[in-house]
Amino acid sequence: MNRIPSQTTGSVRKLFSVLGTGVTILATVLILAILAVILINILWHGAEGLSLRFLFSMSDKDMFDVEKAGVLPMIIGTAARVIIMAILVLPVGVITAVYLTEYAHATSIFTRVIRGAVNNLAGVPSIVFGLFGLGFFINFLGGRLDAVLYPGDAEPHWGKPALLWASATLAVMTLPVVIVATEESLRAIPIGLREASLALGATKLQTIIKIVLPNALPGILTGAILAISRAAGEVAPILFTGAAYYMAGLPKSLSDQFMDLGYHIFILSTQSPNIEKTRSLLYATVVVLLLLTFALNAVAIVVRARMRRNMRQSH
Amino acid sequence: MGWMGLKRGHRAKPLEWVVEKGIFLISLTAIVMIFLIFLFVGREALPIVLGQMNTSLIQPTRPVSDLETMTPAEIQEYLHLKPAEYARMDKETLRELMQVRLETREQAPDDKDAHINTTEWRYLILPYQWSDYDRPEYIWQPVSEIPKYNLVPLIIGSLKASLVALAFAVPLALGAAIYVSQLAPPRLKEWLKPGIELLAGIPSVVLGFFALIVLASFLQKVLGYDSRLNAFVAGIALGLAIIPVVFSIAEDALTSVPRSYKEAALALGASKWEAAWKVVLPAAIPGVFAAVVLGFGRAIGETMIVLMASGNASIVSWSLFDSTRTMTATIAAELAETVFGGHHYRMLFLVGALLFVVTFAGNFVADIVIHRLKKRLEGRA
Repeated sequence: MNRIPSQTTGSVRKLFSVLGTGVTILATVLILAILAVILINILWHGAEGLSLRFLFSMSDKDMFDVEKAGVLPMIIGTAARVIIMAILVLPVGVITAVYLTEYAHATSIFTRVIRGAVNNLAGVPSIVFGLFGLGFFINFLGGRLDAVLYPGDAEPHWGKPALLWASATLAVMTLPVVIVATEESLRAIPIGLREASLALGATKLQTIIKIVLPNALPGILTGAILAISRAAGEVAPILFTGAAYYMAGLPKSLSDQFMDLGYHIFILSTQSPNIEKTRSLLYATVVVLLLLTFALNAVAIVVRARMRRNMRQSH
Repeated sequence: MGWMGLKRGHRAKPLEWVVEKGIFLISLTAIVMIFLIFLFVGREALPIVLGQMNTSLIQPTRPVSDLETMTPAEIQEYLHLKPAEYARMDKETLRELMQVRLETREQAPDDKDAHINTTEWRYLILPYQWSDYDRPEYIWQPVSEIPKYNLVPLIIGSLKASLVALAFAVPLALGAAIYVSQLAPPRLKEWLKPGIELLAGIPSVVLGFFALIVLASFLQKVLGYDSRLNAFVAGIALGLAIIPVVFSIAEDALTSVPRSYKEAALALGASKWEAAWKVVLPAAIPGVFAAVVLGFGRAIGETMIVLMASGNASIVSWSLFDSTRTMTATIAAELAETVFGGHHYRMLFLVGALLFVVTFAGNFVADIVIHRLKKRLEGRA
């Protein structure tokens, strides 16, 4: 207590402060520089391979033919799987968030267990989701469905990789994203709104449906967009649950397989007979996927920023 | 808390009561899913854990003529058939299967390795002296006459890549977190945070592609090692994937330290850096620990990056510049070619279950640490 804490002289302390600050700035700049290098490299090389024909034509049988290959089936496949996923995950995620913020007691053990499960689900490796999709959705659910719907038929209808199973696997994976984003937006709604509604004679459920949820809509949308952008780039969970190496047409039903942008990037970068020749094709496909996920992310960031600003004004 | 404490307004109508119970039930989905993942990944791996699989090539055989006298149950067990499969087969097929079984037995190599069941635990984790080797070794070689399933090369591969990733990512992410949360001007902070988090928006397959096409050649040119794809390249690319994870959690932990800590330090004459380094960081250190644990979990579970950039040779070596195969990449690369329900298939599920347990434990620890930290900081504030 009565000792002077620092024996070092002022100038040495100052030097350390400047150095320390400098190191942290360097770390920040380095991360941003790496990010910039990756993006510029991809956009620079990707620009030459991009064309309207590339974007809007079907894939050729020879997927490595730079002149003919198109990515339309992959774009449609990826879009289909994330849209079906969103349909599956949104109701469950939003309802869970409603329970956690509106009904559950914040301190109860039970709430902590749900929260723990949500956090854990967010940390499960994506390849384990793939195994889970194969074991649960395809072998178990699909197998049972086949036994009930098509008894005696040796050909599997649902007990095989399919669009629906890939989407369901991704829905399980992105559940935490939706829950966390929705919770955040529900908490941002002023308590006064709820109190006013109750004071006018509404029940709790009416208040939630007519007052709380409509006000939380931007946040729920953000969650949906983040989940979609996360899922759009994931490849590992769909490796065994639905993605096809090559398909002649587009998927026609939920039980069909599909071609996928991310998986196609993997194929182009690892199976190409001549990587130099197919480089422009590969880069262009990467640009398409990257623009897709980044555009979604950017929308989510803008919606969220606007929401936070509105919130600040209403307080 | 006000909202929780409120009476529920007018009494809920019966229909609302049902809906509210429904909301409660649906909110259990996350728990159910964790449970199902454990159950169904574990279920496929269970026969190996219980020692019910047998890869030994030398197994007792019976002459084909026995088919007439065997009961259906005996036939199913002898030919490893499921009841449904058995029901679909006619006598002729069964006879052929029995013939194949006899031929396999005759063609089996006559050495000691053909007799052992390689799915036993000791062959999975301990080195074993295979016939053609001069000393006991750890070998993962599932597609060979005698499948070898030693998990050690894969575990070492995963650890190598993840540790490189941590060594690369943690200093950078932590430095950036300190700068952004404590030192940067508020207006700059609003740009930096989403900027760094943009890295999280790059799909892992794109990072894998970048590592494979650009980074691998670049690093080879600079460092001059032999194998172009190796644990080091994969680790650096993995590091890029976990920087946003470590950054976000560390930044959050640093920001949750009450302002009064920093202000007190500044009032005592500390510089901004000293306040951040000597007061705020020590207070938030459990959160930093949690960030590292979660980053590790993310790195060890990441698939596409290591699948594309690590070279995928399953050899035991602690050298960072050798081609390496991780647990995740093994599952991704091999599962499609396995026989459904066979030992290779189940072995890959065992690897998956192992991954699940490791990341689950990591998440659990990190979750508790963060919770305690926040409680403590809020309590004091």
